[in-house]
Amino acid sequence: MLEIRFHGRGGQGTVLAAKMLADAVLRSGRGECMAIPEFGVERRGAPVLAYARISDKPIRVRSRIYAPDAVVVLDPVFAASEGVVHGLKPGGTVIVNSEKSAEELSALRPGFRWVPVPAKAIALKHGLGSQTSPMVNTAICGAMVAGLGVADIESLEKAVREAVPVKVEQNIAAAREAYEAVKGRLHAAAH
Amino acid sequence: MKKTLMGNHAAAVAVRLARTEVVAAYPITPQTQVVEALAEMKASGEFAGRFVKVESEHSAMACLVGAAQTGVRCFTATSSQGLAYMHEMLHWAAGARLPIVMAEVNRALGAPWILWTDQTDSLAQRDTGWLQFYCSSNQEILDTTLLAFKVAEELSLPVMVNYDGFTLSHTYEPVDVPAQELVDRFLPKHDFALALDLADPKAFSALPKPQEYFRLRRRMAADMGRAHQVIASVEDEFARLFGRSYSAVEAYKADDADALLVTTGAPASTALDAVDELRKEGFKAGNLRIRQFRPFPAEALRAYARPGRNLVVVDRNFSMGQEGIFCEELKSALYPLKERPQVFGTVAGLGGGDITVELLKEIWLDAKQGRGDALQPVWMEDAR
Repeated sequence: MLEIRFHGRGGQGTVLAAKMLADAVLRSGRGECMAIPEFGVERRGAPVLAYARISDKPIRVRSRIYAPDAVVVLDPVFAASEGVVHGLKPGGTVIVNSEKSAEELSALRPGFRWVPVPAKAIALKHGLGSQTSPMVNTAICGAMVAGLGVADIESLEKAVREAVPVKVEQNIAAAREAYEAVKGRLHAAAH
Repeated sequence: MKKTLMGNHAAAVAVRLARTEVVAAYPITPQTQVVEALAEMKASGEFAGRFVKVESEHSAMACLVGAAQTGVRCFTATSSQGLAYMHEMLHWAAGARLPIVMAEVNRALGAPWILWTDQTDSLAQRDTGWLQFYCSSNQEILDTTLLAFKVAEELSLPVMVNYDGFTLSHTYEPVDVPAQELVDRFLPKHDFALALDLADPKAFSALPKPQEYFRLRRRMAADMGRAHQVIASVEDEFARLFGRSYSAVEAYKADDADALLVTTGAPASTALDAVDELRKEGFKAGNLRIRQFRPFPAEALRAYARPGRNLVVVDRNFSMGQEGIFCEELKSALYPLKERPQVFGTVAGLGGGDITVELLKEIWLDAKQGRGDALQPVWMEDAR
C-alpha cells in the first residue's frame, strides 16, 4: 500500500487532484485508489489537506494518513516547510510545485526524495488560472504519475477529461508537459 | 463498470438507477452533493423523475408523504440538524406505511457547530418506525440504496440508509455501477396496494379509535419482525443478480477469536485491518459489524455470544445519561441468554475524531484483558 498526503490551499484544486489520481489508477488497471479529502471550513486560500491510498488489494482502512510514503505539495509557499515532511517516512518522495532543483530542496531538508516540477509556470503557459492564483492541479497530477509510477499518462488524460469542467485540452497539455518534465529528469538522473 | 465515485454520488447514482419518480430534498453539509448530483442529472435529462425544491427538511418529508401515497417511488437525503428538523414527519411516513427511502449522511449535532461524522443524529430516530442500515463503503451505499427500495416496498415501511459524513460521503473510491437492465430486473415498477386512486376514493390516516390504533401499531410491529426475513431474502436475490452479498451482522475471523470488536459504519472497515494486524502479532482478534440497526438483529448477534468471550462495542454516538447506543442495544439483545459474555462500551470519534487501526487495536486489547468496571463506557481517542 502506498499512502500519499496532499498539501494545498483552498481554490487550487487539491481535492480534485486526489480524485483524478484515484481515477487514473483505476483506469490503469494497477489496483485501486481511495482519495480522501480532509474537510474543514472550506475557504479560498486556507491550507487544505487530502490523502490517497493506492493498493493492488481492496483498501479497507478509512482513517487519515499520519505516516505517508509520499507527499504532494501544490502550494510553493509550503515547499520545504516542516509541516510538509511531518510524519513522512525516511526516504519518502516529495512531489513539489517548485522552481528549485532537487539538490537545492535536499540541501534544505535532507533525507527525502525530492521531485520538483515547475507546475505554476506550466499551468500559466497553458492558460490555467492567473499569476496570483494558478491552477496547478493537473500539472501536479502529471508529475505524480511520473514520479510515483502509479498510473500511465493515457489513463491520467482520461481522468482529467472526465474531471475538469473547463479548458480540458489545456489541462491535459499541462499534465502531459509536467509528466514529460519529471520523466525526463528522472531518466537523466538514472544514467 | 467500475467508476471512481464519492459516497454521495454513489447514493445519487443508485437513485437514478432505481428510476425514482419523486425527489424532494433540502441541501445540508455533508449531504449536499447527493441533491446537487440529482439536480444536475435532472437538468441533463439523465434523471427522469420529478425534483421538488422545498424550503426545509420538514417540507421535504411532508412532500414525500403526499407523493408516496400516490404509489410513486420516493427519495430524500439529509444530515444532522436537517434530520432533526424532519423528525415529526418521520413518524408520519412510517405510521402511514409509506415506502420512502432516505440517504442519511451521519453528522454530529450542535451546539457547538460541527460538520463531521457521528451517528447520534440517525440513532436518535430509533423509535420512528424507519428501518435503518449503516454502510461501510461507497459500493455498499449504492447497493444498500437499491436494496432499500425493494425492502421498503415489500414491507410498506420507510428505510434510512446511513453512512459516515466525509469519511464515506466525500471519499472517492472505485464503485461498480450496475447496468440499468439489471437494476430494472431487481426493482420493477412499484405496485402500491394502498395507492391514492381517484376512481376509488379512500380516506388516509384519519382519526381512528384507540383499539384501531393499537391494532395498526401491532401490525406494524409484526411487519418489523417479519422484516428480518424479508431483508435476508432481498439480500439473497441481490447477491444472485449483482454478485455482492450483505447481511445484518457481518463477522470477520470471529470463530476462534478470544474477544470481538463490535463496530458499525466506516470504522467497521478499518477494523478489518486492525484484526489482521493483531492476528499477525499473535492475538486471536475478530470483528462483528452491525449493518442493520432497525430492526435490530438480536438473534444474529446472539449466535456470536459465548460466555468468557468479551465483546467491546465501538460507538461513534452517545446517549447522554446512558451510554453508546449500539452497546445499549447489544446488551439488551444478549440479556435473555442464561449465560452471557461481558459487553464493554467504548465511545470514540464523536464529531469526526479519527478511528484508526491503532485505536481499534488498543480497544480490542483492553477488552481482551477485561475491565474492572464493565458498567461505565470508556472514552478513547487517537490524539494525533
